Amino acid sequence: MNISLLDVVGPVMIGPSSSHTAGAAKLAKTARLIYDKPFKKVSFGLGGSFASTYRGHFTDFALVAGALGMSEDDENLGHSFEIANEKGVEFDFYPTEIPSVYENTARITFYGEDGEFFVEGASLGGGRILVTNINGLVCELTATSPTVIVQQQDVKGVVSDVSTILAFNNINIGVMKVSRTSRGDKAFCVIECDDIIPENVIDELRQVNNVLSVVVVNIKGE
Amino acid sequence: MYKNAEELLAICSEQNKRIWEVALDNEVKLTGMSRERVMQHFSIRLEIMFNSALKALEHRQATKGGLIDGVANCQYEYSKGESITGGYINYVMALAYSCSEVNASMGKICASPTAGSCGIVPAVLLGVMENKRVSREKTLEALITASAVGAIFTKNATVAGADGGCQAECGVAASMAAAAAAYMMGASDDKCLDAAGFAMINVMGLVCDPVAGLVALPCAQRNASGAVNALISADMALAGQVAHIPFDQVVDSMFKVGKMLPPQLKETAMGGIATTPAGQAIFKEIFG
Repeated sequence: MNISLLDVVGPVMIGPSSSHTAGAAKLAKTARLIYDKPFKKVSFGLGGSFASTYRGHFTDFALVAGALGMSEDDENLGHSFEIANEKGVEFDFYPTEIPSVYENTARITFYGEDGEFFVEGASLGGGRILVTNINGLVCELTATSPTVIVQQQDVKGVVSDVSTILAFNNINIGVMKVSRTSRGDKAFCVIECDDIIPENVIDELRQVNNVLSVVVVNIKGE
Repeated sequence: MYKNAEELLAICSEQNKRIWEVALDNEVKLTGMSRERVMQHFSIRLEIMFNSALKALEHRQATKGGLIDGVANCQYEYSKGESITGGYINYVMALAYSCSEVNASMGKICASPTAGSCGIVPAVLLGVMENKRVSREKTLEALITASAVGAIFTKNATVAGADGGCQAECGVAASMAAAAAAYMMGASDDKCLDAAGFAMINVMGLVCDPVAGLVALPCAQRNASGAVNALISADMALAGQVAHIPFDQVVDSMFKVGKMLPPQLKETAMGGIATTPAGQAIFKEIFG
């Protein structure tokens, strides 16, 4: 049986909908973890069923809560608008079309001191999510374990250097996917790890030759 | 390892273990967590389930649209007096209503298998535990048994209303809870699965037709009736009623029935009671 019992009886969440409330909160929280900088404003572009049914399922409250760093089982989720106001964070919603095979999609744009940064993703149902685009970087990120996303020049040795750094720091790799736009051009790897990735390791990864950018999502699995 | 009920029961008899034990072994392998950690997760879930089942009994919750505010308290008060089915059944209904009310008011619940059907498993576990004086430990084992049944539906059919209608949500929840109730009353593993099969057969084809698209009406009512469905299905199995259709075939037929249902009857609010004149009037009143 490859279905986890804890996924059948779960998630523990704030109602009313695992896809429209819990999934929305988780997606926005993951986006927040990816961006990981202060911001004054956040915009939510809603696609598919999110756009048509978000009001009835508190999707809007859930998204704002997630962007503020709250989890899908945080009992303050319903007060996220007030909390955002108190913190001086502006937010708005607009309908949009996000090319995706999934029904519930959102584009979350943070407005920070260094400009705009967006994360796109989908709520898959049952509280599961998939991040599909990080500020232009197309990816598939389920955010169920700590994940490193490295963008690099497609040259020999980069992947090896990256995995060596992780191994030296005692971080075990669970799943690693490497892809590229075309040979010798830009490539990236999505590395799902078993352990949280500390700040010094992130810095080390950034210093590897031919690495263009490093994004870390330190989300904990159950 | 197993992928359906037949294989699960085969492992049970081979290793002389109960369903919950085999399912727990599998969970440990699948997640890489220790047994203790998994049990801890289940214990936390059980606590959250009980909290949501009790929260609205005496305290009316403010739900989106206000359609089900106070439904738990209404049934709970009634359960204390004279009724047709008795205090116990009415109390179990109140527990299920409570979870639905908490869910619709942005309270904390545990999806089982979904948020829309989150009242059935808690109501049955708590109702039977209190009424039949079952230990918390055994109730926890019953929750794992219920999860194992839910996993079989997840793997071989669906637990999404958008894919299979309400039979896939409240139907599966009742099926899970029936197995749990039978287990708590000392049923053998195959009788637990008979109970699960009976509960699904009782509501096969049930449509998902949420008024105004909200997880409220008829969801709360179907949680209450689903909990009772679980109890009577467990009693059918305990009485020794013969399950002529093996559980795996019931699961498979539910999936096929779900595929046959038109999209209007699968969570889109375009059919069933959602499109009655009264249902549409409610939609207008809430969303303008």
